[in-house]
Amino acid sequence: MPRLESCAWSCSCTARGRHRRQLGDTAAELAAKVGEMLGSSVSSPSLARAGRGARSPSTSSASSTSSSASSTLNWSQHLVQRSVVLFVVGAFMALVLNLLQIQRNVTSFPDEVISTLFSSAWWVPPCCGTAAAVVGLLYPCIDSHLGEPHKFKREWASVMRCIAVFVGINHASAKLDFANNIQLSLTLAALSLGLWWTFDRSRSGLGLGITIAFVATLITQFLVYNGVYQYTSPDFLYIRSWLPCIFFSGGVTVGNIGRQLAMGIPEKPHND
Amino acid sequence: MTLTERLRERISRAFYSHGLLCASYPIPIILFTALCILACCSPLLKLPLPGTGPVEFSTPVKDYAPPGAGPQHGDPGERPDWYVGAPVAYIQQIFVKATVSPWQKNFLAVDVFRSPLSRVFQLVEEIRNHALRDSSGVRSLEEVCLQVTDLLPGLRKLRNLLPEHGCLLLSPGNFWQNDRERFNADPDIIKTIHQHEPKTLQTSATLKDLLFGLPGRYSGVNLYNRRRVVSYTVTLGLQRYDSRFLSSLRSRLKLLHPSPNCSLREEQVVHVHFKEEIGIAELIPLVTTYIILFAYIYFSTRKIDMVKSKWGLALAAVVTVLSSLLMSVGLCTLFGLTPTLNGGEIFPYLVVVIGLENVLVLTKSVVSTPVDLEVKLRIAQGLSNESWSIMKNMATELGIILIGYFTLVPAIQEFCLFAVVGLVSDFFLQMFFFTTVLSIDIRRMELADLNKRLPPESCLAAGKAPCRARPAAQRPAPLSAPPQPHTITLQPSSLRNLRLPKRLRVIYFFARTRLAQRLIMAGTVIWIGILVYTDPAGLRTYLTSQVTEQSPLGDAGLPAMPVPGGVLPAGDPKMDLSVFPSEPVQLSENHTQPREQKARLEPNQHSWAQGAEGRGNGQLELGAEAEVTWGAEDEEIWRKLSFRHWPALFSYYNITLAKRYISILPAIPVTLYLHPQEALELRHPQEASRYQPFLAGSKEPGPEHGAHRGHQDVTLYKVAALGLASGMLLVLLLFCLYRVLCPKNYGQNGPGRRRRGDLPCDDYGYSPPETEIVPLVLRGHLMDIECLASDGMLLVSCCLVGQIRVWDAQTGDCLTVIPKPRLRRDSSGIFDYQEGWEPSPDRKNGLEDSFESSHQLKRLLGPPQPPLFCDQPDLTSLIDTNFSERARAAESEPRLRRHKDSGYDFSSLVGKVYEEHGSSGCRNVNVNMNMNMNMNFPGLSAPHGPAGFSPSDEGRSGPGDEGCDKSSALPSWGGDLESSVWSLELQGNLIVAGRSNGKLEVWDAIEGTLRSSNDEGQSGITALVFLNNRIVAARLNGSLDFFSLETHQSLNHLQFRGGPGRSSLPPSPSLCRGAALRCLLTHSVACAHHKPITALRAAAGRLVTGSQDHTLRVFRLEDSCCLFTLQGHSGAITAVYIDQTMVLASGGQDGAICLWDVLTGSRVSHMFAHRGDVTSLTCTTSCVISSGLDDVISIWDRSSGTKLYSIQQELGCGASLGVISDNLLVTGGQGCVSFWDIGYGDLLQTVYLGKSNESQPARQILVLENAAIVCNFGSELSLVYVPSVLEKLD
Repeated sequence: MPRLESCAWSCSCTARGRHRRQLGDTAAELAAKVGEMLGSSVSSPSLARAGRGARSPSTSSASSTSSSASSTLNWSQHLVQRSVVLFVVGAFMALVLNLLQIQRNVTSFPDEVISTLFSSAWWVPPCCGTAAAVVGLLYPCIDSHLGEPHKFKREWASVMRCIAVFVGINHASAKLDFANNIQLSLTLAALSLGLWWTFDRSRSGLGLGITIAFVATLITQFLVYNGVYQYTSPDFLYIRSWLPCIFFSGGVTVGNIGRQLAMGIPEKPHND
Repeated sequence: MTLTERLRERISRAFYSHGLLCASYPIPIILFTALCILACCSPLLKLPLPGTGPVEFSTPVKDYAPPGAGPQHGDPGERPDWYVGAPVAYIQQIFVKATVSPWQKNFLAVDVFRSPLSRVFQLVEEIRNHALRDSSGVRSLEEVCLQVTDLLPGLRKLRNLLPEHGCLLLSPGNFWQNDRERFNADPDIIKTIHQHEPKTLQTSATLKDLLFGLPGRYSGVNLYNRRRVVSYTVTLGLQRYDSRFLSSLRSRLKLLHPSPNCSLREEQVVHVHFKEEIGIAELIPLVTTYIILFAYIYFSTRKIDMVKSKWGLALAAVVTVLSSLLMSVGLCTLFGLTPTLNGGEIFPYLVVVIGLENVLVLTKSVVSTPVDLEVKLRIAQGLSNESWSIMKNMATELGIILIGYFTLVPAIQEFCLFAVVGLVSDFFLQMFFFTTVLSIDIRRMELADLNKRLPPESCLAAGKAPCRARPAAQRPAPLSAPPQPHTITLQPSSLRNLRLPKRLRVIYFFARTRLAQRLIMAGTVIWIGILVYTDPAGLRTYLTSQVTEQSPLGDAGLPAMPVPGGVLPAGDPKMDLSVFPSEPVQLSENHTQPREQKARLEPNQHSWAQGAEGRGNGQLELGAEAEVTWGAEDEEIWRKLSFRHWPALFSYYNITLAKRYISILPAIPVTLYLHPQEALELRHPQEASRYQPFLAGSKEPGPEHGAHRGHQDVTLYKVAALGLASGMLLVLLLFCLYRVLCPKNYGQNGPGRRRRGDLPCDDYGYSPPETEIVPLVLRGHLMDIECLASDGMLLVSCCLVGQIRVWDAQTGDCLTVIPKPRLRRDSSGIFDYQEGWEPSPDRKNGLEDSFESSHQLKRLLGPPQPPLFCDQPDLTSLIDTNFSERARAAESEPRLRRHKDSGYDFSSLVGKVYEEHGSSGCRNVNVNMNMNMNMNFPGLSAPHGPAGFSPSDEGRSGPGDEGCDKSSALPSWGGDLESSVWSLELQGNLIVAGRSNGKLEVWDAIEGTLRSSNDEGQSGITALVFLNNRIVAARLNGSLDFFSLETHQSLNHLQFRGGPGRSSLPPSPSLCRGAALRCLLTHSVACAHHKPITALRAAAGRLVTGSQDHTLRVFRLEDSCCLFTLQGHSGAITAVYIDQTMVLASGGQDGAICLWDVLTGSRVSHMFAHRGDVTSLTCTTSCVISSGLDDVISIWDRSSGTKLYSIQQELGCGASLGVISDNLLVTGGQGCVSFWDIGYGDLLQTVYLGKSNESQPARQILVLENAAIVCNFGSELSLVYVPSVLEKLD
């Protein structure tokens, strides 16, 4: 199961890369950094759908050897439900945090962005949603692979708190006026670590978060390098230096949601 | 380490005493807390109200200089911190008031404003061409004015109206592109002016306001302008402040158009600072954070459980957090810190940082303290249990926040400061406010509990063995108390994936979420919000002005704002009164009018008076001279504009005023008097034909008065009426939809059903179609039925007096009565069977026999009944003289004795006898006789009894003697016989009965003969297990006896399924084989428990005992070897469940349910299930179902131990539940049984069992293998087949 997941993950990564290049070629659209924030995977919705469709049957076939058919059906259904919920959450968060960045002119946008706010970057929410789904499924998956189910503060209230803190970090990154970028980045890094310590405290979570941050930063650099969009005042190669912190905390947050979803009740959190 | 522990100890003790304090004096403490909150929040009153309203600051015009760019030194208190640098623009308004004077009475209404407006072009020219010539050269307006560029691309339609690429100079002339010719050619000025007014609700400053520079209703440009004064402004935006240029402009304009009576003060420059605008882009993240915040609060408070009022406590928790935040802000303000952050933005984060966790932990801890403690002690214990973790958490949070403080970023520092103070005040409130509220709540719950459990004895009922868990005492009939509705409190769970049809699911969703109501509610709120926002009544300007007045930054010297136009009509009486000295004359004329009305009418009347005067002067062409007046209300007329006026204007040029300020210079008054000739000349040819002369349309001032307010108010009324109508329409539509979609479930339960009390309904408010079926009523027992046993085919019941009846579970026939009433054994050992006796009490099934029996009875009882007995019920059967047995029971176990006490509810028994007596005198005799005969026949002395009674019958050997103990009035009965049946088991056709005297008996169910008996034990048998040929008896003294039945031939289950005629069969010779059955004691565990064994179950080769000594023991059935002793309950065990899959569940008096692993003897999970004892317990493959003394049936997830949902039962039906299949649960109610889907918690069906059982609660429910249900209604049994439900499910 985990192997399958990671396979799907890497597969979607490569697909994403290809797609990215196409996007870079067209260069018509600008991406928000939040697009990558939640999970660093950007691929077209159709690709994602295909990937998910491919994943679900393979998952079911893999686990059918170990358990009865009905439970497999249940499980895959559960999986689909979870990924749908995560997708919606990710897309929604992308939209919201995108707005936050737009309004602070952190990312530059075409002229008529206010009038065509949603159409200009139509592909950003789906991509973020896909990314969120992948990360949110990856977290519990790695947990079960390591054999230590995450037990720390497993309740929806805590998840909500985590989301709120994450939005707060974004808010701070967008709105606070810092003396310099180093200070801002350090503060956000401390906040992100605090987020992880408060709501996660698992080594796997930390590792995965750092991985996600790294990969996402790479992808963002690549995106900006290809001119898909740009930051107004880049200070870390092509991007802002606090971006990895945001990616990290986003990964932890989505992982938190994913774990909570995986724990049992496929219940939608009330934020969408 | 020791230090930590000492600290911990001390903290815990402090919390304990604090908890005691809080719970002891709740009201004073709450008052004290409220006072504290108020005191801390009082500094908040000084703060301006939050909002985006602009802030003002004024400086004198004299030697005004724009502030420097850097932070100002000196006078920091007076000067707001935004007053830095140059303003975006200086606004200079030239305020024009114009009138045609003298007025000619044949003038048209348009003449009022046409010619005054025409003068604007001239004025604008003057202003444009004004230049200051002095020593430094020539300075024109172009140099100082604010140069604007393109309009925003979205505003192309305004391109001709607003200036582009030049000075920002706005005047009404812009409507005609500052072209006088256009103006002259315009046939309809009003239409031109209003053509850009938004048709819908306006959200910002309109074009008319922008160009006129004052609110539309002050302009006087309408057809009903009675004052005939037109006002407008020429608004000039200046880039730089050039005092000399401005003063020269001012003096020149004043010179050209003198305003002799102008009293405008011109010494203040008002700087207006605009806060950040919240646009949609900012609103969405903000709203999202609030939604997350609400989700957080929702998910947090949802965890509050096991309290009296969930809502109350959730509210208290939220109040705690919110008021702690308020206190935080208040305290910070008190100590001189003024909040600079946007409060609305950081508020959710503050709440999240402070959190509700402590409150929840407190509640959980208090709730999980033992329920039998005093409230005070519970609170104190709960507090002290959690004290350490609370303190630790708080220290951690404070530490984190303090770290945040050292980031040295001002915004973060401020946030941290607020958070720290908030945390501390939150802790304070938790300790004082929330704890006290919690104590009140817990106390309320206790009271409610006490009220609920009426008979104190019933609390102890669960101490008995499971089969006698229901006390025999009838609870007081709950007729007086309103019967509790079936409510089912569902917790959302993974199992609740509804399996219903889609259509129903949609409807359920609608119904469950009350979607319609909420939509209407939200719609109304939004609508009201829009109304308030668009502000048709000028409410917001009013509020803003109030706020700015309150604000310490506002100009204290400002005159009081007149209430804007929505409240008062446009005309200002004061002004006119002050100007015209002829007022006293007017007053005397209008003497009769009420004063305020007169004041309002004054301006109109005045002009009227003038007009009348004009007419009175012999039809002169010219009216009186009109005079333009300047009053206090003209001071700073821009204040009456919407506060979005300037931001809207500047935003058209893509200039934002957010966080910046503009300086508004004192207006230059200009008064224009126009000659009537000029007005006439300017008149457009079309107007003369279109408009009536001005006076013609206004003959009646009264009705016209309303229209005077202008079109804005009409809009308001229109909107209100439309909104109301559409709202009503929506409600009607939704109502119809509702009725169409849910035609039968809501609101029309039918009057016939109402009397049954509240209908059972499930979570969705859905009452399933209830049915009424006539069950097979098994009557015959005289007293309440205590034990029930069944093997699917046969049904054995035993009542309080020890009578055992065997029923056919298919037909409901009574097959056997033990002891047989007319059964006796003569010396030869052959049973003499007299037919016709046995079925007679069973009136329903033995109707055909009843006549015969009564006949027989009469025949048998030689002397006829004395008349005395005809009208007096015979109560002899109720007399219990068997004191020896009771005394023994009392000695052995006080708890059980009390049960016995409760078992004898004499009033109910007597009442029943009376009832029977009253129904039919003649039958009554029979009944009584029957009773006598049944109960006491061995005791009947020879003269009464029929022939054949011999003293030998009274011997121990007669099986028929058994069980007739209680009512025996004869002391000649041996004491060893007077014992009641405490436990009953049935297998095949053998009944095993355990008696209170320790005797174990094996009866033949069909023949009613005693096959074997064993009286080796002396202690009463509290519980029995009969598995295969093995019998295990648990005794009162805690010992456990293993018996085995040995027989010469296998137990052949002979034809026990006899029809109704079975009893009339001649005795079969095979009965003699009964003697071949032997009951051997194989093992005896003398001291399995050191207290009475209350629960006994066997399955899967294991035997589980539960005892009052709080432990469970697991034995192996084969060799009676004790495998485990399970400890974990803190009360006596009352219910045990084990099944073939080795699931072991136990419930105790502590209200807890434990799940155990039978293989390892470890506890799997532990749930606090009920308040009070757990009365019964059963498991399905996925759920554990428990019922408690609190009359709640709870369904738990077996694997996770979480509560799925619970069903509130009616009073007295708490323990009546049965599991029919893995997903079908049946519960009893008042004369009904309800079927529930276990997995989903849906109420499937409610079945009323005839009308006769209405008042009787179903005490016990036994599910037979053929899916019939046996309900125990007091002394009657009801046999119910529910095929319909089963068809649906299987």
